Amino acid sequence: MREDILRILDENDQVDPATIATMLGATEDEVRATIAELEKSKAIVKYHALVNWEKVNDDLVQALIDVKVSPQRDVGFDQIAERIYRFPEVKSVYLMSGAYDLSVAVQGKSLKDVASFVATKLATLDHVLSTTTHFILRKYKEEGVILDDKAELKRLVVSP
Amino acid sequence: MTFDGSRYVSNAVKALPPSGIRKFFDLAAQMENVISLGVGEPDFITPWHIIESSFYSAERGHTSYTSNLGLLELRQAISDYLEAKHGVGYDPTNEVLVTTGVSEALDVAIRTLVSPGDEVIVIEPCYVSYKACVLLAGGTPVIVDTHVDNGFRVTAEDIASRLSDRTKAIVLSYPNNPTGAVMDCATLQRIAELAKERDLIVISDEIYSELTYEGTHTCIAALPGMRERTVLLNGFSKAYAMTGWRIGYACGNKHIIGGMMKIHQYTMLCAPIIAQKAAIEALRYGEEAKQRMVAEYDQRRRFIVERLNAIGLTCFEPTGAFYAFPSIAASGMTSEEFCNELLREQSVAVVPGNAFGACGEGFVRCSYAASLQEISEAVTRMERFLADHAR
Repeated sequence: MREDILRILDENDQVDPATIATMLGATEDEVRATIAELEKSKAIVKYHALVNWEKVNDDLVQALIDVKVSPQRDVGFDQIAERIYRFPEVKSVYLMSGAYDLSVAVQGKSLKDVASFVATKLATLDHVLSTTTHFILRKYKEEGVILDDKAELKRLVVSP
Repeated sequence: MTFDGSRYVSNAVKALPPSGIRKFFDLAAQMENVISLGVGEPDFITPWHIIESSFYSAERGHTSYTSNLGLLELRQAISDYLEAKHGVGYDPTNEVLVTTGVSEALDVAIRTLVSPGDEVIVIEPCYVSYKACVLLAGGTPVIVDTHVDNGFRVTAEDIASRLSDRTKAIVLSYPNNPTGAVMDCATLQRIAELAKERDLIVISDEIYSELTYEGTHTCIAALPGMRERTVLLNGFSKAYAMTGWRIGYACGNKHIIGGMMKIHQYTMLCAPIIAQKAAIEALRYGEEAKQRMVAEYDQRRRFIVERLNAIGLTCFEPTGAFYAFPSIAASGMTSEEFCNELLREQSVAVVPGNAFGACGEGFVRCSYAASLQEISEAVTRMERFLADHAR
């Protein structure tokens, strides 16, 4: 049941516990208890709306930055990752296999804004060896959702 | 003198009643912003890997006719699937026919089996084509009614009471459109015994077999002695959200399939290769996507049944297909009045139960192949509708 609940909420966090209970053939109390437990264990991290900012603000810029770092004794990549993810400009940080170590997503009000963050904050950190900044030009799909409006299902209103 | 085209339409076609759904469709099509629970197809788009694979084949030049029976690779895949899923295999060289949807398979099966004057048992409420196909073949449909008190299941006794010396075949369609009823194995066994005893063919339309939510689907062809006696019809439309591809199949005795193939080759030639390629991909790699869709229908099923019951539209629990079939007794209206007024006043489309046979009167078909939000809003509007008419 835990995974079913998570799948429903992942799709739409507005579905209330009573409805989820009906959908899964469980009681509302069971669903509420399971959700509370999932929140407590941080399996549910937060509830949020998926916003397509391009619809409201053309100027917002996001960049993916490949960061090469030198891992440190005992803490590996964790400490430098933390120094990076604590910046509010940073939307996500992933440790990667392959050509670089950390993939950092940064959002800023303008191109200059992001460039300046990279130059003054990120590249200057101790243990950061190099950065390569890729600006995102257009988002087609985010969190499993296609952002293109034209992908819509057209069915007849009534069919046998 | 003006040309009167109707003078040239054959008597058989003139006598054919128009589909009850058609009338209602014309009405609904004129309105805007309708929330529709009236649709007999999935609200999912065909899984992308199926579309992509089929289009890739087309790009590489697979745009020709195929064997009349369909691509051997697909017939083999169908046979393997039926063997694995239901324990009944077919020889892909002469016992499997790929058709343009189950609709074509049904028509061809009936035309192959029915001679003028033959009787065919049709169990109502049911999909709109069965009766019409029997009539077009010159046969006589003999209707067996089912009722809510037996969960819209038919029994061997119901069928036995309507048999005559002219009865040739029984059309079964479970999981059922429009009721969502499924058959239990024991009842099917008794029907199978009856078919053997009275030397009848069973045409079993199992297009909704994958959409079975409690227990497992029993394929009647898999019961002892029934493989030869059954024309098994199935397809890809509902399980894989592939309605628009128009791809189905028939399996059965090689002489019957051979007969069907004759009609098929003169009228259809073959099913479109692009859709056949898509069907191969669906059988090979579509399991996960299918299961995801089925799980979602199941959740919506529970939701709509509880909501309909809560607002006073008593609904027996459907355990197959994607339809709920509530009684509208609470409204005091006929099925058509209910649907017309609901559409006019609340812009919600559901289908009158009598469109699927006279015994469907007093019920409406609500498809839950719609998003949770749509279902929720539609039922809320139906509740308002009932309150408005209670006064």
